[in-house]
Amino acid sequence: MSLHDFTRPRLSLRFVPVWRRHFLVWRKLALSSILGNLADPMLYMLGFGYGLGSLMPEVGGARYITFLAAGTVCYSTMNSATFEVLYSGFSRMHVQKTWDAILNAPLNLDDVMLAELTWGASKSLLSGVAILAVIWALGLQASWLLSLWVLPVVILIGLTFSAMGLVMTALSPSYDFFMYYFTLVITPMVLLCGVFYPVDRLPDFLQIAAAFLPLSHAIDLVRPLILGEVPAHIFRHVAALLAWGGVSYWLAVGFTRRRLLK
Amino acid sequence: MPLLSARNLRKKYGDTEVVRGLDLDIEAGECFGLIGPNGAGKTTTLKMLLGLIAPDGGSIEILGTPVPLRGREARLRIGVVPQMDNLDPDFSVRENLLVYGRYFGMADSLIESRVPALLEFAGLASKADARITTLSGGMKRRLTLARALVNDPELIVLDEPTTGLDPQARHVIWQGLRRLISQGKTILLTTHFMEEAERLCDRLVIIDHGTAIAHGSPRDMIAAEIEPDVMEIYGERVADWGEQYGTTLCERFEITGETLFCYTRDCGRVLDQLRAQHTLRYLHRPSNLEDVFLKFTGRELRD
Ligand SMILES: Nc1ncnc2c1ncn2[C@@H]1O[C@H](COP(=O)(O)OP(=O)(O)O)[C@@H](O)[C@H]1O
Ligand SMILES: [Mg+2]
Repeated sequence: MSLHDFTRPRLSLRFVPVWRRHFLVWRKLALSSILGNLADPMLYMLGFGYGLGSLMPEVGGARYITFLAAGTVCYSTMNSATFEVLYSGFSRMHVQKTWDAILNAPLNLDDVMLAELTWGASKSLLSGVAILAVIWALGLQASWLLSLWVLPVVILIGLTFSAMGLVMTALSPSYDFFMYYFTLVITPMVLLCGVFYPVDRLPDFLQIAAAFLPLSHAIDLVRPLILGEVPAHIFRHVAALLAWGGVSYWLAVGFTRRRLLK
Repeated sequence: MPLLSARNLRKKYGDTEVVRGLDLDIEAGECFGLIGPNGAGKTTTLKMLLGLIAPDGGSIEILGTPVPLRGREARLRIGVVPQMDNLDPDFSVRENLLVYGRYFGMADSLIESRVPALLEFAGLASKADARITTLSGGMKRRLTLARALVNDPELIVLDEPTTGLDPQARHVIWQGLRRLISQGKTILLTTHFMEEAERLCDRLVIIDHGTAIAHGSPRDMIAAEIEPDVMEIYGERVADWGEQYGTTLCERFEITGETLFCYTRDCGRVLDQLRAQHTLRYLHRPSNLEDVFLKFTGRELRD
């Protein structure tokens, strides 16, 4: 293994035409993908929110539907970013060879990676916003102004999970590999980090583990904003998401260089 | 000064060196062929020249730009037709050109002004809005070539541009390449079709196992390396014929399966002998680049 591959990722605006390419593909296939991507988390949120919510007076100091909606914003953003960089990203890199075509033009692998990162975040922004729109439509938010702050947080969440997913894409020999990531990383994280129920219901050692996970930090930022409070420890949560995203992106670029530039 | 020069290029994969000290000089305006059997190191060499993979040794300069150090800048002035088509299947023909032009930092208006001529060049004017999935193999290849021209490159690099195409489609690509040559473009192509190399290339280098084993213009190479006439003799008993007459009638002969290749400067004597018998069929033809190629790379199968 050559450490040379793991020098700092280069950031340049040259990624923009590649981002536009992904956007154009998405626009052409948008209707079918929007329905599939957005309807699913919404149905779960509404079904569980009202169904289970009717059995519970209050969860974490709020109506259950509100509690769950805040978790779903993060969950849906994470999922959407992850799916995009794993499955579509792998297709662009390995199956469809879109990256090869781009690399023959005056762009570098780092430009292609930055386009994947920002595109994953862009697509997940849409998922996060869709849930937020339902929250607004149902009037679940306590404060309009605070709930607007969810938008930049969603962008940060999207970047973080896109970066994490890109590590998997870089290492994956085939689509099958991604099942492990969902089973071993994403699903446990959803169950540990307080999407469906408050983390303080978990045994202590799980709570301690959960506190390190990026989804916990995401939820700790988004949920108060929906409930009308300024989140506690904003700096710590933002820094944690940036650290997860930054380290992951660095590794993802390194592994991808090692995979393709030899 | 040559438009492209590479010195002592080397590339290793694991323990095998797949490019072993290759030197290349390509002059502006010429069509240069890099030819060799499968696995000879053609694609690896092109990737190093384009700055996509780092050589383990040697130096490259293209259009005055050192590669891979400033490979990105060099690629601004190069058009690439890769070995495998990688057009965007979700886009129309026109959108493929537009999106690709943007990678070069070109404004949409500039790209759009070039699209009609590119479509005309590729013979795809009536297909501008067709989806890629509806195109034939030949059309895709022509579009890939047109895409490589979107930045009006000085050098065009083609990796096996006609592999997998039927003869008609192949001739259309050749016509296109000749048009580019007559416009003064410089072309670097790899192929294992000797007919293609012989028709198009001003100069070429034959490589095998990552080293150059012969170079020159096709005509000079044929004249220097091969007797002017070839007699191909077919039949179950060619081996017997070879044993009996091969050394006396041919300067050199080779047998593969049921074919004997007899290389000669005096085809009259061979023809007289063959006309006098009835068990073997034969074909008399002038020697060509394929004979040179097979002389250097042997006749055994490669994969
Ligand atoms: N990424 C790689 N890793 C390991 N071996 C490779 C890689 N790319 C090419 N090779 C090997 O290098 C040799 C030359 O390959 P290539 O340049 O593709 O040949 P050609 O284009 O002349 O058919 C082959 O033996 C091939 O298997
Ligand atoms: Mg090849």
